[in-house]
Amino acid sequence: MSQNKTAAQIVAAARSEQKITTPELITNLFTDFFELHGDRVSADDAAIVGGLAYFEGRQVTVVATDKGKTPKQRVAKHFGSPEPAGYRKVLRLAKQAEKFGRPLLAFVNTAGAYPGRTAEERGQGEAIARCLLELGQIKVPFITIIFGEAGSGGALAMACGDRVYMLENSMYTVLSPEGFASILWKDSKRADEAAEVMQLTPTALLKQGAIEGVIAEDADHTKTLAAIRAVLRRELANLENEPLAELMAKRYERFRKF
Amino acid sequence: MKLFEEANTLQNKQVKANKAAEQKVPAGLWIACPKCGYEIFHEDVGLFHECPQCFYGFRIKARERLTWLVDSFEELDSQLDTDDPLNFPGYQTKLTAAKQKTELNDSILTGIATISGQKCALAIMDPYFIMGSLGKITGEKLTRLFEKATKLSLPVIVFTASGGARMQEGINSLMQMVKVSNAVAAHSAKGLLYISVLTDPTTGGVTASFAMQGDLILAEPHAMIGFAGKRVIEQTIHQKIPDDLQSAETVLKNGFVDAIVKRHEQKKYLARLLKFHQGGGKTDVTE
Ligand SMILES: [Zn+2]
Repeated sequence: MSQNKTAAQIVAAARSEQKITTPELITNLFTDFFELHGDRVSADDAAIVGGLAYFEGRQVTVVATDKGKTPKQRVAKHFGSPEPAGYRKVLRLAKQAEKFGRPLLAFVNTAGAYPGRTAEERGQGEAIARCLLELGQIKVPFITIIFGEAGSGGALAMACGDRVYMLENSMYTVLSPEGFASILWKDSKRADEAAEVMQLTPTALLKQGAIEGVIAEDADHTKTLAAIRAVLRRELANLENEPLAELMAKRYERFRKF
Repeated sequence: MKLFEEANTLQNKQVKANKAAEQKVPAGLWIACPKCGYEIFHEDVGLFHECPQCFYGFRIKARERLTWLVDSFEELDSQLDTDDPLNFPGYQTKLTAAKQKTELNDSILTGIATISGQKCALAIMDPYFIMGSLGKITGEKLTRLFEKATKLSLPVIVFTASGGARMQEGINSLMQMVKVSNAVAAHSAKGLLYISVLTDPTTGGVTASFAMQGDLILAEPHAMIGFAGKRVIEQTIHQKIPDDLQSAETVLKNGFVDAIVKRHEQKKYLARLLKFHQGGGKTDVTE
């Protein structure tokens, strides 16, 4: 378990090539995945994969960041860092989920929103702000699984719902440990030290009340998948039993306490 | 394979890069406008601290803004104090210095104001309080203001100025973005007006939350408005970006700002907008 790992080791494991991938998660957790493309405004951002699927027989909407596997995919997907069109796709699919009364399941592994020129021109800040304003209010259960990196506002935009769980080897930060070290000590090489100070591990975040739980991870991905499946099954059952007013009030309180 | 340096996914950097803009206008000296280069004698920046040539609004403390903006102001939550959630080395010293410099308990001033006779809830961020970064208390004061305005059916005006997240508070800083957004949503659901006024600089997590959530989004001339820092962008795309990519004027052209309003015209402008939406809440269609 992660208790034995240092924060720096968790950072390395979160970014590891052995990490479970978005296609693996989607193929194994769901059946009949229909991928849906585009934000209906300007583009289809490959960094976000989204669509319809069955989870253990019930209809759900799935949105996920995807870092890609091949070099070509990684370029197209900006290594999993969404552009504004990606966040607008997430919001579009979430509103569709709300219309049809389906839960929203989000999977996050991103260093952060893509910091590019066109991203600025197309309103990266506005795209995330709108997710926080509107995605945070969708009237269906909304669960997020962080399975690698979750960097800053770009991850938060997909983690503003009812439950957030993290895989054992994942991190959730306000900025990267390298960025943190270079600001604080003017030395990005002190990232390992920064990782300790930042309290970015799942255990530390659970203690701070930022997440609901930590999911055990195994080198054998089928075991990790089974653990994720169990969490989703349990939490969907919990959330679907809640009257809407209570669901929304608890969601407000989930963030109000900070 | 790295497409961009993770070391630089930080928004604060761009604010630091613009050193000239951080300089306060020193008494008895000449200063060059950081936007147009115009040489101004300090007395000539006037009450509004703006460049007489390009109307750039110099960075000012939150309390200075009150002097020309409001008729009356009743401050709220001035005694709240951050609990330093990460027990962060050196943070207390930094906070003490920031408090002395700005006469604030954190990076935002909140209260109930009247502007030309119109009552509203008003928040002003202070770029001199740890670069206007978004801390727990910043978020708490703003959330309380929106909650109060929702209860009292008041419009809200927020002047933003921020380098982004408060890294010394870790995840707590990030959570403020959702906390405030939820309060904005509740205020909006009641049909109440929210005007954000983006001042130099508005970046990072503040741009990516309440700055961009106004029903009406105004900006000061030449204010830097963006999400990522200039250097981060250039390192990511391996190209130089134009200096005006994140200027208020470009952001307006790209469709993300309603209007640019010079500082000396803001009081009148805001009063007119408040009057237009008078009565708060939704317009009664039976009238
Ligand atoms: Zn000027």
